[in-house]
Amino acid sequence: MSPKKNNIKDFFKTLPKNIFSGFVVSLIALPLGLGLAMASDAPPIAGIIAAVIGGITVSILGGSHVTIVGPGNGLVGVLLVAITTLGLEGAYVAIMCSGILLLLLGFFRMGALADFFPSSAIQGMLAAIGLIILGKQFHIMLAHKIKRGDTIDYLLEIPFTINDAVHYENKGLIFAALAGILSLTIMLFYSKVRNKYLQLIPAPMWIVILSIGFSYYFEIGLHEPNPIAPEYMVSGIPSIQEIIADLPTPNFSGIWSFSFFGSVLALTLISSIESLLSIKAVDKLDPEKRRSNVNRDLKALGLATVGSGLLGGLNVVTVIARSSVNVNQGASNRSSNFFHALFLVLFIVFFSTQLTRIPLPALMAILVYTGYKLASPKVITKMFSIGKEQLIIFFVTLIVTLKIGLITGILAGVLATFIIHVIINRHLGYGLFFRNLLKPNVLMYKEHGNKDNYYVSVKHFCSFLNYFRLKKHLDAIPENQDVIVDFSLCDFVDDTVLENINNYQELFDKRGGHFGVVGLDLHDTETKHPFASRRLLPVPNIIKNSLTRRQTNMETLAEDYDLKYYPKKKKNVSFLNSFSFFSTKHINHIYNKLSQKDNDITVFDIEFSEGEFIAKEEGRKTMLHINLDQRIPEFTLDKEGFLEKVSAFAGYKDIPIENHDDFSNRFYLKGENEAGIAKFFNDDVTHFFESNPYYHVESNGSAILIFGKERLASIKEIKALYDFGKRLKQVIQTV
Amino acid sequence: MSLKPFKSIGIGVAYSPNLKANLFEAARLSVFFGAKLFLIHVGEPSEEKTNMLSIILKSFEKDKLDYEVIFKTGDPVNVILSTTEQKKIDLLILGAVQREKILKYYVGSIARKITRKAKCSILLLIKPAVERMACKHIVVNGLKDPKTEQTITTAFYVANQLKSNKITIVEEIEEEEIHVKVDDDKSLRLATINKERIKLRENSRVKEIITHIPEELTKNKTIKLQPIFGKRGYSIGHYAQITRADLLVMNSPSKMTFWDRLFPHDIEHILTELPTDVLILQ
Repeated sequence: MSPKKNNIKDFFKTLPKNIFSGFVVSLIALPLGLGLAMASDAPPIAGIIAAVIGGITVSILGGSHVTIVGPGNGLVGVLLVAITTLGLEGAYVAIMCSGILLLLLGFFRMGALADFFPSSAIQGMLAAIGLIILGKQFHIMLAHKIKRGDTIDYLLEIPFTINDAVHYENKGLIFAALAGILSLTIMLFYSKVRNKYLQLIPAPMWIVILSIGFSYYFEIGLHEPNPIAPEYMVSGIPSIQEIIADLPTPNFSGIWSFSFFGSVLALTLISSIESLLSIKAVDKLDPEKRRSNVNRDLKALGLATVGSGLLGGLNVVTVIARSSVNVNQGASNRSSNFFHALFLVLFIVFFSTQLTRIPLPALMAILVYTGYKLASPKVITKMFSIGKEQLIIFFVTLIVTLKIGLITGILAGVLATFIIHVIINRHLGYGLFFRNLLKPNVLMYKEHGNKDNYYVSVKHFCSFLNYFRLKKHLDAIPENQDVIVDFSLCDFVDDTVLENINNYQELFDKRGGHFGVVGLDLHDTETKHPFASRRLLPVPNIIKNSLTRRQTNMETLAEDYDLKYYPKKKKNVSFLNSFSFFSTKHINHIYNKLSQKDNDITVFDIEFSEGEFIAKEEGRKTMLHINLDQRIPEFTLDKEGFLEKVSAFAGYKDIPIENHDDFSNRFYLKGENEAGIAKFFNDDVTHFFESNPYYHVESNGSAILIFGKERLASIKEIKALYDFGKRLKQVIQTV
Repeated sequence: MSLKPFKSIGIGVAYSPNLKANLFEAARLSVFFGAKLFLIHVGEPSEEKTNMLSIILKSFEKDKLDYEVIFKTGDPVNVILSTTEQKKIDLLILGAVQREKILKYYVGSIARKITRKAKCSILLLIKPAVERMACKHIVVNGLKDPKTEQTITTAFYVANQLKSNKITIVEEIEEEEIHVKVDDDKSLRLATINKERIKLRENSRVKEIITHIPEELTKNKTIKLQPIFGKRGYSIGHYAQITRADLLVMNSPSKMTFWDRLFPHDIEHILTELPTDVLILQ
């Protein structure tokens, strides 16, 4: 919501950061692009072309801010079908046509399209895509190329492949399979190891670097050929001259066939759904709280897809995993997308021969991991916790997608959802849906009172079928306002709507507004509708009367220090939202709370997540929160390490404190109000930090947040943390 | 703007379990407005029916209720319409039907036909009661329409007669008037500014109308203006429902064609789901 001033100045100020995050993203995009293209039976370079053309086009013409575009994993299944039935040249034409359709979707403002699909059906579709990727690539990962007609056959074959792999005799195959397994291990455990030097390079790039290093070690170190069987090496990475020379000639001969139209439709549907879902998820991560123009983005994506198809690349979609990384690396505008494309070009220009040293199984391990993330058992347990009927929808979509195809699958999911809705609401009469489907059932107006707020009332029913009406109204409210959504006139609210409402609540909380929902508890009792009741009153955890040892220790600690101890999960964490540490993270809950009687100092365990959707990673920490009586400047104080020195080049600035070289050398201090911070860090405060253990300390102006390790603290560490906080508060009070 | 008081009130009489409640409501209204009550029965006249009516209406004798019973055979819609014209009835009372099992009301097919064709004002009652329910809050439309001034004036007149103290004038504004589609922060800001501007304009238009109304009608009344961006006819009903208004006063529709019923708008929305008692002014 900032006025137009200093736009160009800001752009150049944040440029280094954006170049940096574009670079990090390109490290992931390179192996993923190669892998996704190969998984779809296209030449590996097709994935890179999509990322480059997409990155350049969308960064210039797009309407979102911190998204990254490129080849999407959702499209692997559809592209596979398209390339097998139409041939490569025909598939490129299909890609171009789907680009034109996307362009039209943008022009006709169909950005709301993704809202018409029930969330369980989308989950089922994504899981099916995950299985398609996993099923096919798992065999290649273990150096066991097979060809089967059906995804289910591929999945059933997995145990046999493992058995074969254990009994390999051929040295080339053993090494290939080992490369695959090693890469999968890296993917699985990368996020568990919280070492910042390791985390400096994304996992897929580690795989690339290690496998190229391995190949050079054999060639230069041992003067032996690479032991991995040559048919399991990435092949056919053309140099940049060859790409330009070998532009594919589109084959328009088969465009009047049924399978062509099917492919175009499926490509358009999946790429628009994947893009729209990703844009929505990334908007939640944007630290600057901007709202993306989805229709404009659709147009840009469509144009990029046409260009990409013309040059022999895959569909361009907005991708969530790479976008999440982009946000976490500090990107602030579309230029990072542009630089990600630029770095990819540089990689291809300078390292195209090195890329052929990557073993195929290693690349496919990345995809197996991606597929697993899409279809992980966690998704099913989450579905089950919402309701048993969600599982029916999920599995109907999943199985039909695997057996017949993506479009049929998602349509089956929509139909199943609708039938289930009608059945569980039969006591309300079958007319509920049919009679009220077309009615403009959402009323919104501004209530005038002490503080003006928006009031939204929904009538009849609110499900995925008419959610777009509610969404249109909710989108017209600035997120820093107060909103009350009233469902008391609504007989039925489905889980898709409640999930979206929950997203709005988070968004409004983050942006300083308030989003209240009323009327749901009321109709639990009156109409007994199962979704809302289950959503509102989640099955209570099996009562955790038995505290863990750490918890009993915390209880005794609370008695010794005269503190209040509250072990249960607390969802109300809005007091933490204004800390910059959480600006790109989502807080799930806090628990094990220890607080002083006057609530000034609290210690708690916190669970939060970074990234969204399939790129979600969860973290836990123990933190200390101090409420201050006076205003202090906002700042972040951290240990000065290698990373900070590197990132200093990328535009972060360390604020020096005069006469305290030791402090300035050892600590890394940043914040907007430099003069205020320099004044605040007087001799006492600086001495305090110099003579005490390191913690990450952050101020939001009226409170301070302190935490240490990348994990939960032990009882001893909690005591130390508490002591540190108490003394820091005393020091600050004298400022 | 001249005020047309209700001098004669008509009600269709059918011998149903609701008869007493319907008659009581009609009689009470006639007393409030000081109007003559016409009881229209479609069917043969008989001594027994007349007696029954007079027994029911006996309790209103002390209020000097003047009433007349009319018997006429034929198609109910035609009978009622022709009688209203003959007797110069100003206000016709019709009962609504409750949808089975759920608390939703709609206008039955006969009443709907009458509503569409009648040349007089119409009052649709959702739950007639023998005991009087106080009418506290009246919602009236403030559409930009030549009829609106008359409607608002009459609403104030009705409020005075029924002794209700609160009147909300709802200005329904079509969303097309904002001229900006919300896509991102910039267009949202623009749309919000436009909305505020339209609201101010609408409020000043309605305030202007209120100044034209005789002061004795508006004094001691709580008047609230509520601009709403939404579908015409539907939003006001929805609003009346959530604010628990006791009476909704609307302009009569200009003209109805076959297409208007197929794609309901304005008054047709109200007829399919009555939010409260509705008074449609001619």
